[in-house]
Amino acid sequence: MTALTDLTLAEARTGLARGDFTAVELTEAHLAAIEKARTLNAFISETPDRAMAMARAADARRAAGDTRPLDGLPVAVKDLFCTEGVRTTAGSHILDGFVPTYESAVTANLWRDGAVLLGKANLDEFAMGSSNTTSYFGPVTNPWRRRDAPEADLVPGGSSGGSAAAVAGRLALAATGTDTGGSIRQPASFCGIVGFKPTYGRCSRWGIVAFASSLDQAGPMTRTVRDAAIMLGSMAGFDPKDSTSVDRPVPAYEAALTGDIRGLRIGVPKEYRVDGMPAAIDALWRQGIDWLKQAGAEIVDVSLPNTHHALPTYYIVAPAEASSNLARYDGVRYGLRVPGKNLVEMYENTRAEGFGREVQRRVMIGTYVLSAGYYDAYYLKAQKVRSLIARDFTHAFETVDAVLTPTAPSTAFGLQDKQDDPIAMYLNDVFTVPASLAGLPGVSVPAGLGDDGLPLGLQLIGRPFDEETVLRVADVLETAADFTARP
Amino acid sequence: MALDQATVAKIAHLARIKLPEEAVPGMQQELSSILTWVEQLETVDTDGVEPMTSVAHQGLRRRDDSVADGGYPERVLANAPDSQAGFYAVPKVVE
Repeated sequence: MTALTDLTLAEARTGLARGDFTAVELTEAHLAAIEKARTLNAFISETPDRAMAMARAADARRAAGDTRPLDGLPVAVKDLFCTEGVRTTAGSHILDGFVPTYESAVTANLWRDGAVLLGKANLDEFAMGSSNTTSYFGPVTNPWRRRDAPEADLVPGGSSGGSAAAVAGRLALAATGTDTGGSIRQPASFCGIVGFKPTYGRCSRWGIVAFASSLDQAGPMTRTVRDAAIMLGSMAGFDPKDSTSVDRPVPAYEAALTGDIRGLRIGVPKEYRVDGMPAAIDALWRQGIDWLKQAGAEIVDVSLPNTHHALPTYYIVAPAEASSNLARYDGVRYGLRVPGKNLVEMYENTRAEGFGREVQRRVMIGTYVLSAGYYDAYYLKAQKVRSLIARDFTHAFETVDAVLTPTAPSTAFGLQDKQDDPIAMYLNDVFTVPASLAGLPGVSVPAGLGDDGLPLGLQLIGRPFDEETVLRVADVLETAADFTARP
Repeated sequence: MALDQATVAKIAHLARIKLPEEAVPGMQQELSSILTWVEQLETVDTDGVEPMTSVAHQGLRRRDDSVADGGYPERVLANAPDSQAGFYAVPKVVE
């Protein structure tokens, strides 16, 4: 029999339904795996007692004939989602001791559907980073190793690095992530798993620690596309408490996985072929194009001419929104307080000690681009370019049903790499940021290995609220790629 | 744009982040390089383009103007570093 921690979410669901094992056994297996893999530092908080209580409750419901869609399935939650009664850190020192008295809408949906909380996954501080090295609770190690340097610790990507490492390392059947500029898709690519960012507005942002409110979106991180469809079905839904939540019915996402993409038109944007991209990534992209063509899709060359403006646009818009959102951390209502001679000094001392360097940098950039005299030149300009980037996609989707690109410009890099130059780190998000700015659904599917033996993902981007087509094509891509490598 | 040290100190104060004097040059260099990099947007023609403020193509919903939540000050104050008599407590502001 397959180890319980090697099952997909769908297989575990079937096994529970058949009575092959109980939710308690499934949960115990994962808690034991977490304990053995503590060196990965994938979790900031483990919640074994709560997990066992939730598993026992799931088994009791099943015995009573009241079974829910995710009943008894153990998952990890990025520590950016507020969880009632469970410490929530956002990977930051400034939230010291913060125990929410409320539950985020997305996690409440998961518990409503019977899922089991294993723990809170590590992340970049306030989700600001692409390597999970900015966490106050230390970096996460990628369970994968380079073929030529197996002793070197690698980053899992970020910001949802703990979630990605937990799913890839068989510590959780699935995890929640959040994606502001690529924080679900890039770590999914680095760790060889599926990461799905839904359309902006599809999942409620309520109770998720805010980074950049016009971009933040929650989504699933899983080992298969089917599992992503299952998780998304529970995470998504209208929530009146989020003013940008969209009041649309949640489709039956699993039903979209028909395996049939004949006649679908898949766009290939030439602007994603960037200078200096490793040959393996370009080759994998071409391979992906062939796979979809062989499955009956029509490949169409498209142009997204403003693609190369996306990163600088993002690095104005996101810090601007962050500087406003993070104003709430002032040592008054929650978390850390560092005393000062007066109120202003208390604010300044608290924020200097509580925020890490990358967060301070972004808050200051955001403060500057929003300040009098610079607002038009930076922030307003970026918002206009953002319109152009979104318009590119609108034009492309007049002729294609989905767009295929690489997810990230490299495989996972070393824990010590790219730490001295913020812009080099920002370039990780070059392929994921455009869809974020346009609010579109996107997924990274593990598709192959680089020359270094590390996983590489391909990204599919779809029309707003057309998660179903994205999932359908991703499922076909996954089948063709037959990615069976493991860390 | 290269920021001077006085501007960096001013931004830090506006952001309410204490920046020790010895940390100013490092931050000055980092912020300047980021700003110089994002300034490539100056070359993009955005004449007549509306700024995008949200990707959600909807107006803000309205709800009935009635109390829908609340009445639990102890939960609101549960995480406060300092609270007294049902209020957040802060250092003295008015002498």
